[in-house]
Amino acid sequence: MTLRVLEPGPFTTVQDAGRAGQAAMGIGRSGACDRRSYALANRLVGNAAGAAVLEVTFGGLVLRAECDVMLVTTGARCAGPWPHNAPTVLRTGQRLRLGAPVSGVRTYLAVRGGLAVDAVAASRSTDVLARLGPAVVAAGDVLHVGPAVGPLPGVDVAPVPEPEAGDVVVGVSLGPRADWFVGEAWSLLLSSMYVVTSDSNRIGLRLDGPLLERCRFDELPSEGLVRGALQIPPSGQPVVFLADHPVTGGYPVLACVDDDDVDRCAQLRPGQRVRFRAPRAQRSAMRVTS
Amino acid sequence: MRVLPSGTAALLLELDDIDSVLAMYTALTDNRPDGVVDIVPAARTVLLVLDPTVTSPAALETSVRRMSARPGERRKGELVEVPVTYDGPDLTAVAELLGCPGEELVRRHTTNEWTVAFCGFAPGFGYLTSPGWPSDIPRRSTPRRSVPPGSVALAGEFSGVYPRESPGGWQLLGRTSLPVFDLSREPAALLRPGTRVRFVNLAAQR
Repeated sequence: MTLRVLEPGPFTTVQDAGRAGQAAMGIGRSGACDRRSYALANRLVGNAAGAAVLEVTFGGLVLRAECDVMLVTTGARCAGPWPHNAPTVLRTGQRLRLGAPVSGVRTYLAVRGGLAVDAVAASRSTDVLARLGPAVVAAGDVLHVGPAVGPLPGVDVAPVPEPEAGDVVVGVSLGPRADWFVGEAWSLLLSSMYVVTSDSNRIGLRLDGPLLERCRFDELPSEGLVRGALQIPPSGQPVVFLADHPVTGGYPVLACVDDDDVDRCAQLRPGQRVRFRAPRAQRSAMRVTS
Repeated sequence: MRVLPSGTAALLLELDDIDSVLAMYTALTDNRPDGVVDIVPAARTVLLVLDPTVTSPAALETSVRRMSARPGERRKGELVEVPVTYDGPDLTAVAELLGCPGEELVRRHTTNEWTVAFCGFAPGFGYLTSPGWPSDIPRRSTPRRSVPPGSVALAGEFSGVYPRESPGGWQLLGRTSLPVFDLSREPAALLRPGTRVRFVNLAAQR
């Protein structure tokens, strides 16, 4: 049971639910960037929750089935005839060609049975920062399909919203080092538009907008980072960390994106604009306490 | 202990010093609260990453505040001996900085017992501390583009062993052939928080 990769597209990796519970050894979580779309893909083809799938960035993937396989794509809908959010059988010899995404960045392609790839540190996820897990998918790769385990859910099409095009609003709350910034930084973050830049990747979303300035310039001892942490490096331009974020970091974290909204951040493309929205109680200018 | 916010799926505990961090890390791993996915010790903090479908930062804060962790009472971790060839390119410079001959630096590095305080920077890279060690060894002003795997190094109050080839700004004292990160081993990392380490001078053993 195999699929052959004819063209990998700009960037395609194997991903699963990642490496939970190993951060104390310096091994980050990694795994699918948009966890919701990843979970949906596995559900639609009756896979176990942690099965390995392809994470296709900016489409462009071409596969040929070397056996009859049931597949589904979720997340970013790609141009082309292939049905989206709808499990479909690809017959032996048939090709699947994903065009450019209509909106969003990352498409999840799950095969019924899951991809049978050797685990590294208990996961089949490619961590681009830690250089762990399977190699990036390349032309000529043969992907083995595992045995089907669960029953099919009997869903023809999952009615889920498409990744957003245009401006998006993302929920945030005050981070652990908000008091390392000038009082205006928080209100500036909440009142400004930030643009996603093209050097964004699985590690983080790099944003461009008004500078967020520090009031403390001593060195912060490195501390644990979360997915969704909005860290301000010396450039003053925020980075929102995604799946392959460093385990620890030494630049202060001003804010954290709500865990639910990190998946939406993983679908933002360069040029899209983000506005951050805090819970009501945190919306007024932050009072700087010592 | 200060409890700092870290989003809707984590909590950051800030402690007084590295000993309190290790004590809290040990208490939390011995008695892991429900819904905690990852416990990440660092220099002054312990990050708790939680599963928001099981618990919340507020609920976790309540259970963490009930826990008691006494520094100094922590259980002794496993002892790992790391054999070292002390021929690193920065050995002489660091010895000069400390105002002692190279042999004296090696003697101090090998007679002190080290403990892995936390990991970070790369998978399996442990930050080792020792109560008898003079802290504050500056990093190199220009980091090296490539540090060989197994390099035994110093920076700040820490000693460490590079698990694999990477860029790095630490001062290199020597090298070990002991694989500190091996993906065919379970767990892959040899130097985990709480592990005690003794460096052994291979030249003195001959």
